This record gives sequence, structure tokens and C-alpha cells, in this order.
Amino acid sequence: MQKTALRSGMTVNMRQARRRENIAGYLFMAPSLLFFLGFVIFPMVMCLVYSFTSYTMTEFSFAGLANYQRMFQDAIFGKALINTIILVLVSVPITCFFSLWVASIISKMADRTTSFFRCVFYLPVVTGSVAVTVVWKWIFNRYYGVLNYLCMSLGLINRNMNWLGDPSTALWCILTILLTTSVGQPIVLYVSALNNVDQSLVEAASVDGATNLQTFWRIKWPQIMPTTLYILVITTINSFQCFALIQLLTSGGPNHATETIMYYIYYNAFKLQNYGYGSAMGIILALIIAAFSALQFKLAKTDNG
Amino acid sequence: MSENIASIQKRMQRKQANTGGDHSVHQITAYEVAALVVLVIIAILFIFPLYWIITGSFKNAQDVIAKVPVWFPTAPTADNYVRLFARPAVRWLINTVFLCAMSMALTCISASMGGYALAKKKFVGRTVVFSVFVCAMALPKQVILIPLLKEMAFLKLHDTLWAVILPTVGWPFGVFLMKQFSETIPESLLEAARIDGAGEARTFIEIVLPIIKPGIGALAIFTFITAWNDYFLQLIMLNDTNVLTISLGIAKLQSELSNDFGLIMAGAALGSIPIIIIFLLFQKFFTRGITMGAVKG
Repeated sequence: MQKTALRSGMTVNMRQARRRENIAGYLFMAPSLLFFLGFVIFPMVMCLVYSFTSYTMTEFSFAGLANYQRMFQDAIFGKALINTIILVLVSVPITCFFSLWVASIISKMADRTTSFFRCVFYLPVVTGSVAVTVVWKWIFNRYYGVLNYLCMSLGLINRNMNWLGDPSTALWCILTILLTTSVGQPIVLYVSALNNVDQSLVEAASVDGATNLQTFWRIKWPQIMPTTLYILVITTINSFQCFALIQLLTSGGPNHATETIMYYIYYNAFKLQNYGYGSAMGIILALIIAAFSALQFKLAKTDNG
Repeated sequence: MSENIASIQKRMQRKQANTGGDHSVHQITAYEVAALVVLVIIAILFIFPLYWIITGSFKNAQDVIAKVPVWFPTAPTADNYVRLFARPAVRWLINTVFLCAMSMALTCISASMGGYALAKKKFVGRTVVFSVFVCAMALPKQVILIPLLKEMAFLKLHDTLWAVILPTVGWPFGVFLMKQFSETIPESLLEAARIDGAGEARTFIEIVLPIIKPGIGALAIFTFITAWNDYFLQLIMLNDTNVLTISLGIAKLQSELSNDFGLIMAGAALGSIPIIIIFLLFQKFFTRGITMGAVKG
């Protein structure tokens, strides 16, 4: 008798505690959930809805898959897709490799030197995309740019190049700036990951006569794998979203040579007021990014054994 | 926390090993010298754009368009700044600071509460909420701009700074980061507070906040810098001359007078020097924020 009374008393208490926990949890969550649902999730859902509509300044009607079909027939979209993928495929490996290389050098230095170099490589990120872009526009300028002067003095070219106006060089200019603005964060992450590598394993390896390179691949690389994976994912997302550079430097030109999906979405949605088509391209972009991230996770898993 | 301590210990050990007569063993290889030289050259290339912005902003009209680049302004002039401030540049700056400060404050408040709940409160649906937050982070932020513009127009917030602030606060990174920091709160402390009869609010303010303070610092500086540089969102939401930010202002200068590099560089300097100073001052927080925010696969 007494026992059951005690047990039921416990459950009531526990149930009350659980209820309190629920209420408290959601009260604490309330502000962030409100902002998150209102200004991230709701627009995301609406983006999906818009993608099935014909939505312009003058009309708003259900259009089924018309926007998606249109994309496949749109040559400029194809061009933008190819350019975007070139940017991603070139910038992601270079960013990862370069930042790992820099981090492996600077993480061995004195703290002060490490943080100096970390700052230097982070500088273009902090400077801000607009400030960085306008100065590069000057550097690349056909008549007044430093780049032309340097290349001429070194004898690399014999007449001033119109770097941003030439379809064969414009995308590579964009890529260069993109690289300088994307290595900052990976370097910070790699430096901290390399400092966290289990030092006793490294010492054991060097006692066993392993070379630096062997130690790196066998001991350090597996341990920093999670960091590498994270860097791959964020760099991929960043490269896919490259926008400010394009909008301020070339507006997708010359002749769509630097057209990227992000810029083309902007152009369609905010210049032509073609919201439905823009949303559909946004959905496709999101799916492509998700696919790339999933692929990287999968590759990293198999690579890790 | 424990991770940090471990890494500090490791560093200390390594430093001791380095100073403890290890010099003769470790010989500087040719590779290391070459690598350092290359690193310094690349570092100079990374600093050069900023150098070019600052020196360019002090160059006179001839130096700016000289055939042979003027590496250092021979006759420095403040003329570019005088012309810059003849425009509403101060207004741009005030708008930007307001936007960043508001985003920062609201993000810190909502994220520290949300992060704590996700880490320590076992409420129903916690896993689901957390997964949605993480997945949303992987999606391209810009994709939601079209509906967001419509939403802001509906809320009559279009062309106000709030149209930029609210989505910035909604971005899930802050909650995620604060969850990482809140994981380090010892369960025993919360238990002790509960036994002492402290209410939820008091526990949060007196126990939780002091522990996650470094995290809030990291998030604050991270949000401030991100908001300062979030050009795309500002471009879509802000058109009216009264609400332009410094980034939009520079972009406007560039599109209006494409070859007046001196004035454009003065704008770029005004847009970047303050944020660079803030970054350098709070660098430690910032670095920690980036590292803690990394999703461990």
C-alpha cells in the first residue's frame, strides 16, 4: 500500500518536473525560434511555393513545373551553372590545400607569429567584399591598374590587357579574388586542429623513424579529418554563393563569361522582377549544394576507412 | 573547456621540449626556409589590397591615374575625404553601426537563451529543433531573399534597417555556437542551483551567463563583423538614400564615378578601417568563435 502510494507520488512529481522542463525549454527557445521560423524557415517554404508559380510584377498564378522546364532550355542558366561549378571545383581544392599548407607552417611558430599570419590571411574577409572588390577593380583596370604595369615590366604581356573585359581572363580574375577572401577561416580552423593533434602519437612516430611527411599523412591527417570535412563544406557553400564580386566587377559579363547561378538569380529576380523563375533556380542551387555536401561527407567517410 | 585546457597543456609541453636543449636535434631544413619565403611573399600579396586602399585614398588626381603606379603618395592630400564627407558618408556609417549593434545585441540575447535550452533542457522535440537549425545552416542564405523581400514589404519594413536586422538575428549559426558553449556547463552546478530553489530565470542569469560569457563575446564580435559585410542582404532590402549602409555607399560611388579611384578608395577605407580595428581588438574572441562553431563531423 505504502509502496504504491510512494511510486504514484514519484510519477506525479516526475511528470511535473518533465512538464516544467518542457515549458522552460520552449520559453528559452522562444526568441530564437521566433526569429528563425519567421525569417528563415517561412521564407524557405515560400521560396518553394514561389518556384511553382509564375510570379512577376503584374501576375501571380500557379505554373506547375514551368519554371523548372524553362531552366533546362535556358542557355544562360547552363552557362551560369558551368561557371559556378568551375569556380567551386577550382577554388575548393586550392583553398583547402593552401590553408592546410599555411596552417602547417604557422602552427609551429611562436604564438605571436602564428596570430600575425592568421590575421594577415583573414584580412580580406574582414575588409569586406565591397571594399576588397573596388580595390581589385582598380588593380585590374586596363589603363590605370597595377597588374598591367607589373606584367608589362616583367615582359609577360606586350600590351595592356582588359582583364575583366576579356571573356578568357574575367572568370580567373574573379577566382583569384574569391581565393583571397576564402582562405582566412580555413587557416584559423586548421591551426587549431593541428594544435590539438595528439602529440604523443607524433613523438612515437618520430621515434620509430617516420619522416615528417609520413607523420603528417599517417598521424595528423586522420585526426584533422573532421576539420577538413567542415572546411570542404563551408568553402563549397561560399563558392556557390559568390555574388558581390560578380555584381560589382563584371555584372556577369562579358557575354555571360562570369555569369554564376547566384548572380543570375539576382538578375532575374531583382532586375527583371521574375520572382517565380528566380525562386526555382534558388531551389535547384540549394539542391546542388546539398548534393555536394552529401558527396563530401561520403568521400570523407570512405577515405577514413 | 576541457579541450582548451588540453590544447594549452600540449602547447606548454611542446614549448618546454623546444627550449629544453632540443635545438641541436631540430635542424632547419631547406624546405622550411623556402616555405617561409613563399609564405611571406603571399602574405604581402594579401596585405597589398588594403595598402592600396589606404594609400590610394590619400593620392591626388594625377597620382591615381599615373601610368607608372605611384607606390606611395608623393603629395598626400585629404581632398578625397573632403569630397567623401560632402556626401552623406557619416549617415552611411551611423546606419551601419546601428544595424550591426542591433543585430549583435538581439542575436546574443536570443542565441544564448536558445543555445542553453538546446544543450541543457530536455524538452520534447529538442532533437528535431536542433536538426532543423543545423540543416538550415547548410542552405544558401541568399536563396530566401526573394520571399524575404516580399515578407518585409508586407510587414512595412522594406527600406528600413530592420529588414536587414531581423533575418540576421534569425540565422541559426548563433544558436548553434551557443549550444556548443553551453555544453561545457557542469550539470552539478545546475543541479545545485535547483536544490537551492533557484528559479529558471535566476539560474540562467547567475549560473549560466557567467560560464558562457566567452561564447557570447565570440558571437557578438562574429555577428558584428558578418552584419557589417553582408552586402547582398543590404543590397536587396535597402534602396532609400536615408538607409544606405557604408557597403552600399561604396558600391554607389563606384557605379557613379567609375574612374575616380581616389574618392572610391576613401570610401573603401571608411568602410573597412573601423571593422578591421574592431577585428584586431577582439581577435581572440573571434578566433574562438570560428573554432567552436565548426561542426565536428
